[in-house]
Amino acid sequence: MFVYLAKRLLYTIPIVFSVALVCFMLVHLSPGDPLVSILPADASAQLEARLREQYGFDRPLPVQFWIWITNALGGDLGNSIANGRPVLSEVLNAVGNTLLLACAASILGFALGMFFGLVAGYFRDTWIDKLATSIAIAGVSVPHYWLGMVLVIIFSVQLNWLPAVGAGSGSWTWTWAHVQYLILPAVTMAVIPMGIVTRTVRALVGDILSNDFVDALRAKGLGERRVFAHVVKNAAPTAIAVMGLQLGYLLGGSILIETVFSWPGTGFLLNTAIFQRDLPLLQGTILVLALFFVFLNLAVDLLQAMIDPRIKRG
Amino acid sequence: MAIATEPLREIAIVEKRRGYWGTVGRRLVRDPVSMICAGILLLIFLSAIFAPWLGLADPFRGSMITRLRPFGTEGHPLGTDELGRDMLSRLIYGGRLSLLIGILPVFNAFVIGTILGVIAGYNGGWANSAIMRTIDVFYAFPSVLLAIAISGALGAGVLNSIVSLTIVFIPPIARVAESVTTSVRNLDFVDAARASGASALTIMRVHVMGNVLGPIFVYATSLISVSMILAAGLSFLGLGTRPPQPEWGLMLNTLRTAIYVDPWLAALPGVMIFAVSIGFNLLSDGLRSAMDIRN
Repeated sequence: MFVYLAKRLLYTIPIVFSVALVCFMLVHLSPGDPLVSILPADASAQLEARLREQYGFDRPLPVQFWIWITNALGGDLGNSIANGRPVLSEVLNAVGNTLLLACAASILGFALGMFFGLVAGYFRDTWIDKLATSIAIAGVSVPHYWLGMVLVIIFSVQLNWLPAVGAGSGSWTWTWAHVQYLILPAVTMAVIPMGIVTRTVRALVGDILSNDFVDALRAKGLGERRVFAHVVKNAAPTAIAVMGLQLGYLLGGSILIETVFSWPGTGFLLNTAIFQRDLPLLQGTILVLALFFVFLNLAVDLLQAMIDPRIKRG
Repeated sequence: MAIATEPLREIAIVEKRRGYWGTVGRRLVRDPVSMICAGILLLIFLSAIFAPWLGLADPFRGSMITRLRPFGTEGHPLGTDELGRDMLSRLIYGGRLSLLIGILPVFNAFVIGTILGVIAGYNGGWANSAIMRTIDVFYAFPSVLLAIAISGALGAGVLNSIVSLTIVFIPPIARVAESVTTSVRNLDFVDAARASGASALTIMRVHVMGNVLGPIFVYATSLISVSMILAAGLSFLGLGTRPPQPEWGLMLNTLRTAIYVDPWLAALPGVMIFAVSIGFNLLSDGLRSAMDIRN
């Protein structure tokens, strides 16, 4: 167990380094001068040289990478080209909003997915199973940005029950004034993990029910409700692991939904960074989101190793 | 990888009379859901390919006085868009680009990923480590983020969005290819080929490829649905196709301003993306269960 943990932790180091390298290279492979977006069209060569030096674009790439990564380790991701503010604080502000949205969506998606998956797996090949499976397939196939639009059309435009865009004014509070903004984007986002968790849990339940221990439980006279409880207990660790990864995907993939709902999160920031060609902001946002994903992966693996005693690979 | 390795074992014990693929095809044709999906997809494909000969209105010609006409307007059965262009025509023409940018990345990734995975799986050792560890790095990015990061860095454009999605789909396909190849590598017939003096390249090309392509192909078809959604999503963000080209994701974006005027018209392009995506998902599920011959 200890060896597994140590190995898993050590393995994270090269991954984090490579992720940083990819984030860095991605932006520097892109065509065009990173200074284009801030330089006025009639800028003098002097001004250009001064800015280039100020942002460090005049040095060789490996040197730039070294400076960038050592600064990043110290919590400095540089300054945004467009507005001059520190990238890290911009990203951290936005991450809070994205995290709120992704967590709400995960909880909802997980609860629904567990329910549909357990029911579908337990009543396999009945109409209940067919219904739950259809919902799951629709959930993984739907273009979620379109689903978001449809929900806005129904609940904002036609019924006028919920606001269409934004996250409410002022800082977030758990009051209706703010929560009403969260409902539509969270439901839209929840559809994907709902579908994936349903399919995973349905397959799991099938496997579990074919185990000998289920027959043993029934043979010793346990009621179906208690047998079902055992099934849930056995399906939970894998389902939680799947959901943990899904949370990471939602964090990284929230840009489309955030665009539809003008949600002020990292997706909004990415959008700004891409279209204003604000390279430090783009690098920083991608790096933070990717690192979130790496550490979430790590947490899921460790949690699974703790819950499931069979994982003791040395 | 359960999906990847299971069909392999069947290859060895397949009935001789019809051959493996004959049996699979027969089972697929008998599945009504798969056949309905295949029919709908075929219809969308054919109408996109033959769009210029269908007698449709010009998808580029708009008119300021006929903007956002509702369904059933004379001459415009599905109404007109925000610039007065015929919706039916744009939806059908839109399939050309949308299907291309949705499917081509998976095809590219299928070719590249299979080659990488087979080399890694067959050779093992340092080649395996070099290829698979590089691929692990891309696994450290959520796929949507990776696609948007690469597209954002390269800049908007059809070609760039195809490149970025290809990069997104190579790692998962290579992983499946590697795991299938590893399980084939030590089977008796490969040993026999090796003993008879076949070179590594010949063994990979003839003996390994023939047995791994099926499972990898099925896995790749299951990615088309995601690819369609992502490709249209990139256009929706303004990172793919550029106006005035008809493309479903871009149409969804430009029609977004119209949701207060004619909401259901604005949602139409999404229906096309949804239809293609769910069609490929169900067809891929059908193909997978048709290949699972034990049942």
